[in-house]
Amino acid sequence: MIEPKYHPGEEILLDYADGSLAEPAALVVATHLTFCPWCRRQVAELEAIGGALLEDEAPEPLSPECLSAMMARLDQGSCPEPEAARPLRLPSIDLLGVPQPLRSYLDAPLSALDWRPVARGMEEVDLGLGRAPVRARLLRLRAGAVVPRHTHCGLEMNLVLAGGYHDQRGSYRLGDLVVDDDSVDHRPVAERGNGCVCLNVTDAPLQMTGGIRRFITQRLRW
Amino acid sequence: MVDAVPLDSPFAGAAACPWWHMRLAADVATLWAMLETGLTDRATQGRNLDELVLAVARERSRPAFGALFGHFAPRMKSYLMRLGTDAGQAEELVQEVMLLVWNRAETFDPAQASASTWVFTIARNKRIDVIRRERRPEFDPNDPALVPQAAEAADRAIEAGQETARLRAAIGALPEEQAELLRLAYFDDKPHSVISAERGIPLGTVKSRLRLALDRLRRLLREPV
Ligand SMILES: [Zn+2]
Repeated sequence: MIEPKYHPGEEILLDYADGSLAEPAALVVATHLTFCPWCRRQVAELEAIGGALLEDEAPEPLSPECLSAMMARLDQGSCPEPEAARPLRLPSIDLLGVPQPLRSYLDAPLSALDWRPVARGMEEVDLGLGRAPVRARLLRLRAGAVVPRHTHCGLEMNLVLAGGYHDQRGSYRLGDLVVDDDSVDHRPVAERGNGCVCLNVTDAPLQMTGGIRRFITQRLRW
Repeated sequence: MVDAVPLDSPFAGAAACPWWHMRLAADVATLWAMLETGLTDRATQGRNLDELVLAVARERSRPAFGALFGHFAPRMKSYLMRLGTDAGQAEELVQEVMLLVWNRAETFDPAQASASTWVFTIARNKRIDVIRRERRPEFDPNDPALVPQAAEAADRAIEAGQETARLRAAIGALPEEQAELLRLAYFDDKPHSVISAERGIPLGTVKSRLRLALDRLRRLLREPV
């Protein structure tokens, strides 16, 4: 299997590891991690740093009731875990091709989702995640489809799930995570053979003029 | 007996609570045996925290859980209070995290992460779940779609159990302004621009200091001992 060539970058991985990235962006990063051993290692290291910082934390004394409440909870037996409480839905064969954690956000195989046309050769499924103006959606481009030239008014994270696309800066394939800010002016073209399916997170076109970090701090971070 | 526990021991929190001994009367002998053999003191040194989690996993050991609680609960409370929860909510969350430690101890793999790192990730996810009411998306190591790590890259320079101790020493050796920014990044949800404004440090400096700190710690993790 080929490892991705485009990665989210250290700042975004740090935001993911320390928990400050909001859910839509965290979903893109985590799905990239399924494809990317290199970023998984970075995140593991950043989490180890978090563990060391927790060790260094000055202990805050507990109230006298805290321990008794704790042991009472152990005595009550194990609390049902949220995961266990959810009905277990086995993914269909089609869904098995969709990487986690994205798969757990879908209730039907990619082909059976409610795809809506947005432009020529381009369809979307809104995942209904996050708070406006952040949008998380799946995008499907027909083979050879051209996305009209555009710049970004904020930031866009785009993860290739199938097929691929290219623009003047490069070509992007399975697992590549492309982060574009408002300085990017591009005209993506879907691969001739297979077209392209992407997981895409953007903020709505606001008058945002800051760079990546500013966008993340305002929109994609919690 | 309670008073004999030194205040700086991992049992400091427990010692403040007479109930501890009522409840765990049957385990007191074991606890004292642990204290006398120094197991609880050494528990702060990484390796033995791992062993305590493994003891919970294998034997449902309450003394081991008690030692983990005594060690981690006050630190997590401090972590959660930095993130803006009040003392009551922080304790409530600490209990939920420790309940997950109890219930999921079997999933702890000391080859993958140290106990401190494992607890940090559980606490991080719990606060996202409870305070932000969001899901925490994470990859699944058993996903058939997972692209495996190349074999030669898989070996770690340091054992996970040694990692925390080495990292702490390295964080302690960082210039104070770098260590402080590192703590702010992990333990405050504040964006870098806000840190920059509050501290009167240019944003570029905030980022470069953070990067220097992370580079140094990363190098350490990748260096053979
Ligand atoms: Zn990557």
